Amino acid sequence: MKSSTRYFLSAVGLVGFLLIWEGIARSGLFATYLLPPPSTIPAALISEIREGIWQVMVVASLRHYSVGFVLGSVLGVGLGVMVALFPRIEAGQAWLARVLRPIPPLAWIPFAIIWFGITETAAAFIISIGIFWINYFTAMGAVQAVDKDLIEVARAFGHRSFPALLRKVILPGAAPGILSGLRAGLGQGWMTVVAAELFGIQGIGQRMIEASGLLASNVVILYMFSIALLYGVSDYVFVLVQKRILAWQR
Amino acid sequence: MAKIIETQDLAVAFAEGDGHNIIFRHLNVSVEKGEFVTLVGVSGAGKSTLLRVIADLIPPYEGSVKLDAAHDPTRRPIAMVFQAALLMPWRKVGDNISLGLDGIDVPAAVKKERVEWTLELVGLAGYEDRWPYQLSGGQRQRIGIARALAVDPAILLMDEPFGALDAITRTGLQDELLRIWQETHKSILFVTHDIEEAVYLGDRVLLLGDKPAHIVNEYHINVDRDQRRESEQFLLMVDEVKAGLLAAMALSNGSG
Repeated sequence: MKSSTRYFLSAVGLVGFLLIWEGIARSGLFATYLLPPPSTIPAALISEIREGIWQVMVVASLRHYSVGFVLGSVLGVGLGVMVALFPRIEAGQAWLARVLRPIPPLAWIPFAIIWFGITETAAAFIISIGIFWINYFTAMGAVQAVDKDLIEVARAFGHRSFPALLRKVILPGAAPGILSGLRAGLGQGWMTVVAAELFGIQGIGQRMIEASGLLASNVVILYMFSIALLYGVSDYVFVLVQKRILAWQR
Repeated sequence: MAKIIETQDLAVAFAEGDGHNIIFRHLNVSVEKGEFVTLVGVSGAGKSTLLRVIADLIPPYEGSVKLDAAHDPTRRPIAMVFQAALLMPWRKVGDNISLGLDGIDVPAAVKKERVEWTLELVGLAGYEDRWPYQLSGGQRQRIGIARALAVDPAILLMDEPFGALDAITRTGLQDELLRIWQETHKSILFVTHDIEEAVYLGDRVLLLGDKPAHIVNEYHINVDRDQRRESEQFLLMVDEVKAGLLAAMALSNGSG
């Protein structure tokens, strides 16, 4: 398929979806608070921006999101790499990780509140948990999968110390895996950000709950799309950076 | 002539359960300065392992390896060429070649010169900025050879470097290796499965048998190198080594 055809069909799909939605919403079958027509969303956006609410909420969400992302990623990658490098630590964590990993990030909400109160720290903490586990396991796997023969090559050419091997072979070799873990975490973070705000921490999630209480469904949808946009932009930028770093891949 | 590599009653063993799995024992192999020695043998006899002990990648279990290479901070005494080229895919060709130069005491300008010189030597001048994935199998192996030559080693260890290549590429690289050897006067220990290759390249062919691994025989190849591909003498020599290998294999199967 030509790429222009592809773009055209993708646009048709999206516009078609909006048109059908608009049609059903205007047919009078449902009350507008159950299904607001998409044409009312730009007006909602303009009014939210005029009142200064949209900016405040987006910035607040971005703030917990970034802190949670950095925290979860750094700890996840760091510990994941370490566990993969030292078999004794690997053995030590095996059961522990099996017990802790299945606990969903949102199940930590009560403790987040007990420990940090209704604060941004609590939201960042919850967001970081999901991101941590994704990065922990992908970084571990990526390091374990580094070609042992390349380590031997580096040793044969004089790079025998552990830091040298880490820098010359292990980290670059694990980079594709680590980066794909970071990218998955980027998405996972947006999934928890809203839930983490539902209990009253300022941000997109809090505003959505507020709007739904007022039956302002078009405002709810506006923020749903805002999340999609933020995720889309951050993922796009990430992929650009990733491509640059991994220019050596076919 | 002086011996540049000499193993003395060398043994290698890998820990296995509570004990040791001994790969070979009492192995005495030597290479003279400037000599091209090829090593063929029963598979599993430990040919690659021997190279790795000489390169100090595996410690000996018993015995020792003596190298007569003067200490020179601008060179490495030994460099190795591996069966698969094993380039670092995240380093450009030039950076792959300078892998061994990173830790030794040469100025950046000299490093650059060495990279250019070795690229020229292997016939890939101007390839510094390519990524490994952009190269053919034969080109990659040339870069593997260039990487080894860049540290200007006195000893070149080659572990079936052409084993994975097609026949035409392989023949071309064999001739190129001979030319490079004649230009650079390296001492080479070359492991191969291919007896014709061993007889074609070597001044001396060592035949390694197993159980326990030992040098079954050695053959001095007294045929002019430019006569080697087709002369009758060459073919007779190949047959003789083949017969020796078959006998060693029969012995190995019989006792095993």
